[in-house]
Amino acid sequence: MSVREHPATIAARAADFPILARPVRGKRLAYLDNAATTHKPDRVIEAEAAFYRESNANIHRGVHWLSQHATDLYEGARDRVRGFLNAARADEIVFTRGTTEAINLVAFGWGRANLKPGDEIVLTEMEHHSNIVPWQLVCEQTGAKIRVVPITDAGELRLDVYESLLGPRTKLVAIAHVSNSLGTINPVAPMIAKAHAAGALALVDGAQAVAHLPVDVRALGCDFYAFSGHKLYGPTGIGALYGRRELLSAMPPWQGGGDMILTVAFEGSTWAEPPARFEAGTPNIAGAVGLAAAIDYLSEVGLEAAAAHEDALLARATEEILKLPGIRLYGTAANKSGILSFTVAGIHPHDLGTILDSEGVAIRAGHHCAMPVMTRFGIPGTARASFALYNDERDVAALIAAIRKAQKLFGTEEAA
Amino acid sequence: MSVSDMGGGDLRELYQEVIFDHNRKPRNFHEMPDADHAADGHNPLCGDRLTVYLRIENGRIADVSFVGHGCAISTASASLMTEAVKGKPVEEVEALFRDVHAMLTDAPPEGRDFGKLQVLSGVREFPARVKCATLAWHTLHNALTGAGTAKTE
Repeated sequence: MSVREHPATIAARAADFPILARPVRGKRLAYLDNAATTHKPDRVIEAEAAFYRESNANIHRGVHWLSQHATDLYEGARDRVRGFLNAARADEIVFTRGTTEAINLVAFGWGRANLKPGDEIVLTEMEHHSNIVPWQLVCEQTGAKIRVVPITDAGELRLDVYESLLGPRTKLVAIAHVSNSLGTINPVAPMIAKAHAAGALALVDGAQAVAHLPVDVRALGCDFYAFSGHKLYGPTGIGALYGRRELLSAMPPWQGGGDMILTVAFEGSTWAEPPARFEAGTPNIAGAVGLAAAIDYLSEVGLEAAAAHEDALLARATEEILKLPGIRLYGTAANKSGILSFTVAGIHPHDLGTILDSEGVAIRAGHHCAMPVMTRFGIPGTARASFALYNDERDVAALIAAIRKAQKLFGTEEAA
Repeated sequence: MSVSDMGGGDLRELYQEVIFDHNRKPRNFHEMPDADHAADGHNPLCGDRLTVYLRIENGRIADVSFVGHGCAISTASASLMTEAVKGKPVEEVEALFRDVHAMLTDAPPEGRDFGKLQVLSGVREFPARVKCATLAWHTLHNALTGAGTAKTE
C-alpha cells in the first residue's frame, strides 16, 4: 500500500500497535511519552522475530548462503535509511546504537582528530544531554571550547546571538532539529548555511524530528545527521549517523574490532572504508531489519499526514489544558512539533506523573535530559505529554481529566 | 486482566492527608545559622534538592531543620523526619534511619512502632517514588556522619 492517508484515518492505525490494547493500572492506556520512545507496530515486531526465525547469521563474514542472505537484509536496511534521509549514497549511513552513539562517533572520531585548543563548538541551550556531554568530553581532551546559543522565553533560538557566535574559530555547530523538552522546530537549514559560510561543519540531532518531519539531508545541507530507531516506531539499540562521504573517509575509527579493518598485524592495522570502519563487531542486525520495517511503515502512513494529525492533537491539548487553572506552558514557539511541556501550580511534576499514571496516562516528568532548559526557566522540571501518530482525542481527554483529578486531590483546582 | 495490570499501589495510600498537610505546611522549614552539622541532598533524576541542618548537644538532636524544594512525597518525608528525630539521641536516630529505609524499600522491621512516619509506608508500592521519600533520610544520615552530599539517583 503506498497511498498517503488522510489524517482522520490515521488514528485507526492504533490497531497496528498491539501494546496499546494493554490495560495499565486497570485503565485504558493513554500513552503520551512518545518523545521518550514510541511503541512498535506489529510489522516491526514481526520483522525482527522473522529475522531470527528465518534469516539469522553473522554478516560480511560467512561463505555460506545464510550469511549472504543476512548481509543482504542488513545492507538493504542501510539503503532504506539512505532513502529515508535522501542521502546520495548508502555508504554515508553508519549504523549505531542510536542518536547518542552517533553523536559520540562524531565527537570522538572527527572531534579528537580535528579539534585544537582555541577551536569552538557551537551548541544551543535546548540541547539534549547527549548533544552536550560528548562535546564536553572531547573538549577536555582537545582544548576546544563550547559556545552556547541562548533561547527566548518562547523557547526559540536567539538567531542573532547565533550569528554573532560564528567566526573563524568555529569548527562545528551541533543543533537539535526538534527540542525534546520544548517541541521547538529549529530553522536548521539557514543555520547550517551560516555555519558553512563561517567555515564550520554542522551536525543535526534528529532524534525528535525523524518521526514527525520529512528529513532530506541534502536539502538541509548538513554534514552529519543523527537519529534513533526507537523514537521512529522501530527497535531500541539501533540508529544511524549520516555523514558526508568525504568527511567519513577522512575520519579515523573510534572503536576497534572485527569487520572495521582491511589488514591487521601486530605492527599495525589498516582501516576499512566507511561505513564498515565505524561498525566494529557484530552489529544489531535484527535491529537494522526492524528499523527498515519501521521506515517502510511510516512511509506508507506518510510523514506529512502523521505530522498533521499530531499537530491537530497538540492544538487541541493546548487549548484544553489552558482552560485549567494554574497551568504554565514551556515551549510556545511558532513552529512546534507534538510536545506539550507544562507545570501545574502547587503540584510537583513527579506527583503529577504518579497521579496521571494511576489513570493510565503515561507522561514524562522531570528535566527530560535537558537540564540547561530547566535552568533557563528556573524550574526543576516539567510534565511532558508528547504525541505520536496513534494517539487520538481520547488520549487528550484522559490527560485533561487526570490533571483535574490531581488538582482535586491536591486541593488546587481553584488555584490562580 | 492480570494483577500486574492493576499496579501495586493505591493512590490514596501514597497521598494520605498527613502527606498533603506536611507538603503544604512543612515543619521546621528554615535555615539554621548555628547548626553544627549539615548536609545537602540531591536527586539528579528529578531535580529535588534539600539541606538538612542539625544542632547536637550531649549526644542528642537538640534542633533540626531543612530547606529545599521537591515533590509532595519528598517534602512531607523531610518534614515528618524533622518532627520524628528532634530531641532524640543520635544513636536512636541512626537506628530509626535504618528502619525507615527498610520500611520504604523492603519490609518494615518487626516490632518497630513508626508512629506518624507510618504514612510514608505507602511509597513502597510505588517503586518510582521511593527515592523521593528516602532523600531526606539519606541527607540526615550524611549530616550525622559528615559524609557530604547525599544522592538518591
